Amino acid sequence: MNKISIIIKREYFSRVKNRRFLLTTILTPLLFVVFIAGATILSLKGKDNHKVAVIDQNGFFKGNLKNANDINFEFPEGVDTLNYLSKGYTDILIIPKFEGTEKVNYVLRSKKRIGIGTEELISNRINQAIEDKMLQDAGINRSQLDSIKEKSKFAELKVLEDKGETVQESSAGLSYGIGFGSGMLIYLTMFIYGAMVMRGVMEEKTNRIAEVMVSSVKPFELMLGKIIGIGAVGLTQFFMWILLIFGLMTAAQLFISPEVMSQVNTLQQYNGQIPSGGMVRAGEAAQKIYSIKHTISMANWPVIISCFIFYFIGGYLFYASLFAAVGSVVNEDPQDAQSLMFPITMPIIFSFIIMSNAVQDPNTGIATWASIIPFSSPMVMMARIAYGVPGTVPYWQLAASMLSLIGGFLLTTWLSGKIYRTGILMYGKKITWKEMGKWAFRKG
Amino acid sequence: MSSILQLNNLKKHYATQKAVDDISFSIEKGSIFGLLGPNGAGKTTLLRMITGIFFPDSGEIIFDGKPYNALEDVTKIGYMPEERGLYKKMKIGEQALYLAQLKGLSKAEAMEKIKFWFKRLEMESWWNKKVEDLSKGMSQKLQFVTTVLHEPKLIILDEPFSGLDPLNANLIKDEIFGLAQRGATVIFSTHRMEQVEEICDHIVLVNLGKKILDGSVTEVKQQFKENKFSIRLKEVPAQISSDAFEVVEQKNQELIVKINEGKGSNDVLQYFIQQTSIESFNEILPSLNEIFIDLVEGTAATTRAFQNVSN
Repeated sequence: MNKISIIIKREYFSRVKNRRFLLTTILTPLLFVVFIAGATILSLKGKDNHKVAVIDQNGFFKGNLKNANDINFEFPEGVDTLNYLSKGYTDILIIPKFEGTEKVNYVLRSKKRIGIGTEELISNRINQAIEDKMLQDAGINRSQLDSIKEKSKFAELKVLEDKGETVQESSAGLSYGIGFGSGMLIYLTMFIYGAMVMRGVMEEKTNRIAEVMVSSVKPFELMLGKIIGIGAVGLTQFFMWILLIFGLMTAAQLFISPEVMSQVNTLQQYNGQIPSGGMVRAGEAAQKIYSIKHTISMANWPVIISCFIFYFIGGYLFYASLFAAVGSVVNEDPQDAQSLMFPITMPIIFSFIIMSNAVQDPNTGIATWASIIPFSSPMVMMARIAYGVPGTVPYWQLAASMLSLIGGFLLTTWLSGKIYRTGILMYGKKITWKEMGKWAFRKG
Repeated sequence: MSSILQLNNLKKHYATQKAVDDISFSIEKGSIFGLLGPNGAGKTTLLRMITGIFFPDSGEIIFDGKPYNALEDVTKIGYMPEERGLYKKMKIGEQALYLAQLKGLSKAEAMEKIKFWFKRLEMESWWNKKVEDLSKGMSQKLQFVTTVLHEPKLIILDEPFSGLDPLNANLIKDEIFGLAQRGATVIFSTHRMEQVEEICDHIVLVNLGKKILDGSVTEVKQQFKENKFSIRLKEVPAQISSDAFEVVEQKNQELIVKINEGKGSNDVLQYFIQQTSIESFNEILPSLNEIFIDLVEGTAATTRAFQNVSN
């Protein structure tokens, strides 16, 4: 036991103390943010200013067609498709005479390529103008309609879930998000840290450290030490990410004005309703923040988090030992690793596909079975748990899934240990799956 | 002297070959023992069984008077395999510390011993270097240090001098003698017979998984001598004919003769004394190299690892 802890320490600190670890840990979420921000900025930048000359046969749009941020509609005289560019317009919009409600095409001609956003905006504006015209014809004006629409939003859908005696609010969107997010995280962990285990084992083998090591420790101890050490690295990384996210969220709250925050707090106190006759009326921002907070609070976080940790560790252990076994039979050639990894990556990818279906429909037969079989249970069960325990996932299913995962990783670790023991000292020979099978099921 | 290690009828069979086939021998405490054999003879398998990496299929290993227990005895053994291995990215000091701790030393103990050995082999300035920055010879020295650091009773060195320059090879050789003097037993596996002659007290030769030779270096040489002598004469007679010996080779004034069965060196000396004066006369013992080649050549050893070329 003492030796395993020495190995774990080395595996852990040699990775965590590495400058690259700190860098990737901090940079990965930042890169994510930068990536999203960059994509947003690019899509905004993609729009450029349009000065559109409108040729309107109806004589109606002038004054009714509203300008957008970067689109200016003008109604000049004597402009046609031949000279609009020379007169300083970027586009020309030709609207033919409408004959009642018969289908009609209006044409936008442009020298530049028009982005999908701009295209949609122009067609929206025209439809709105037509709508306004029709409303006017029916005796209603736009501002009346808007106020009706606003007032009519007083009714809201609230889904309640029957759980024996208690009734709980639920949100499909939230469950989807949690299920997909945690499934995705487990998927990534299996690949990232599984591959890390494999590379570590390959390093020991190709640098011929293995033989020195196994003259002091049992191969099984060496393998287990590596798996646990790298698993701890993974947990550390997640822990740091969570801290980082909390830090960023707290920092983000500083930008919200205290007035809004106090409104949010009032909303929370009164369960979403501002007491009538109160001094404050909740602003739109406060309403939004409240609804996010309220939605998040609907999930059963203690169950979800403890299950996540369980399946995270269980799934990692289940696959890491298989990756270690593959690493131990690979010779110098990294291409071998690719082909030997295939049978391990297949079920992981398969589980991911099942998981992405299970988050939409957690009660299908395939989702239920896949959430119990240890090959796929870490991802698929997380997807289902998000929909509620014991509502969607009965306790017996959860218990069966957890027990089979524990049994599963004990089994894979035991079998992999046997392959590992032989493979790590075997050089120069290409090892087939058949031979690995023989090693795994050999006695002693 | 009692034996530190005794192997009784060890066997280890792989699916395709008998790597170790019924080998027995014993090694005395404090001796330097040579384990010889051609490539693929089963030396490495034998050593791996002694170090507890493999279990024998049958037979027993008695270590220090008790049946071998891999878990406990592993700390009393230091093994330097032929293929060296160290973590490339790890600092040298940390690496030595890590390996020493795995051999059961406490951190403080390990530190003290590492400092002692680093100083002794002039490696102190290396502490913070990484293994990947070391030359082959340097990493060899480091590997040697990590092997003997925990003061094992039994030290197993597989080709310890490969890649070392003569200066460093001598340094390590002296350390090996020193360790033996202080009571450690050294098993020394190599193909370099001149090193074996120089260092080893006792040798065992294995081939095709079987032991074919066992004895002290002088015994073995006596056993394989061919009654050859070299004689240096003042003048070589034009005609040499005697029923006591045959001339095998002649170089200027030096003759190499082979004494016939039933005759002795006196018969040779008598023959020449009558004709000329003898400047020197000594027995030629076969070198281990010759014995090795003699015994191994012609067996399937050189070819057994390969299948026949099919037409």
